[in-house]
Amino acid sequence: MNQWNNFTKGLIRENPTFVLVLGMCPTLGVSSSAINGLGMGLATTFVLVMSNLAISLVKSGIPDKVRIPGYIVIIAAFVTVVELCMQAYTPGLFKSLGIFIPLIVVNCIVLGRAEAFASKNGAFSSMIDGLGMGLGFSMSLTVLGSVREFLGSGKIFGLTVYPEDYGMLLFILAPGAFLVLGFLMAIVNKINKVY
Amino acid sequence: MVAALFLVTFLSAFILGFVRDMTFDAIESSKMKAQHEAIKNILPEFTGLGEVIKAVPKEGGDSLAFFPAYNASHELVGIAVKTWSKNGFGGAIQIMAGFRADGTITGYQVLEHKETPGLGSKMSSWFNDPEKPGQNIIGKNPEKVRFAVKKDGGDIDAVTASTITSRAFLEAVRRAYETYKEGGNGISVERITSQTINSEGGSEK
Repeated sequence: MNQWNNFTKGLIRENPTFVLVLGMCPTLGVSSSAINGLGMGLATTFVLVMSNLAISLVKSGIPDKVRIPGYIVIIAAFVTVVELCMQAYTPGLFKSLGIFIPLIVVNCIVLGRAEAFASKNGAFSSMIDGLGMGLGFSMSLTVLGSVREFLGSGKIFGLTVYPEDYGMLLFILAPGAFLVLGFLMAIVNKINKVY
Repeated sequence: MVAALFLVTFLSAFILGFVRDMTFDAIESSKMKAQHEAIKNILPEFTGLGEVIKAVPKEGGDSLAFFPAYNASHELVGIAVKTWSKNGFGGAIQIMAGFRADGTITGYQVLEHKETPGLGSKMSSWFNDPEKPGQNIIGKNPEKVRFAVKKDGGDIDAVTASTITSRAFLEAVRRAYETYKEGGNGISVERITSQTINSEGGSEK
């Protein structure tokens, strides 16, 4: 029950994007299409799970004073692993996500979970927490990306729903990201109030 | 304290070295493949690529890469040129442009750009639309048409609402053409047309 709680809290109740409002830079930057959002979300999920696991394992060995540098090194290592793998096996996605992949290092969700959860809990709970948070992040980015892609270019996951010429370009650009994010936040808030 | 931090960094470096080793070949081959695909898309059918020639354009800047392509009887069918412009609306643009030996454009592909989505980014398909001769550059020779946007007194229709992007695009293609024709340092028409090829299509010689 407890682990289930750990897992689901990241999805809606403590959703990193809509409720904790962490990691806004990649959220607004890459969510111009559903596939970009999903790719970014999954890459972050991998980093979250692995870094949470590693940090919860080594937490007693790292003195408090060098805690943050230690965590950052661990996180950076996993991010670089993801970056190299994406470059090798999904070059198209790597190209469209660009600079945002290396920037996962400074994504506050990752360090935030390391500080708030992994450094205080066991390995298994930390992994579950990372997975829940990561999937919550992926889900929000995919939803955000789908809405923007649909309104902006008439597609979802690259499949045409209506002709691109009727799309509102605004939603592909940065202002559209803020607008959609605001509306989605309101919806999630409403849901959280009801339950 | 120092020991703990050292251990963490040491282990991380070890893991990274290992992953890099594992992915190095795949990264290189996916880059090569992307380049080969681009060349294939913009040139008439060819059987082999010759040695890559690098040449600095006459106005300076980064060198351009020339990929001469030959058919089975070792005749030059076209040259793909990796060219650039720094004057795009969002910064640098990289284009692979294809030419016949006489300079007629056979195709192009935008490799990298940071133009506005939905406006400048349309250049990827704008300049090779066979139904719109005003904006199509395929089959045109930069020597015979005024190779600039109409606003600047040229013959080419610019992308709607993206004149700056279009200027940068045409500039990059023109740079490739001029460097090829005028033979900057290292490149000459003779060198390309007389070059022997390795028919496997590699870049090494």
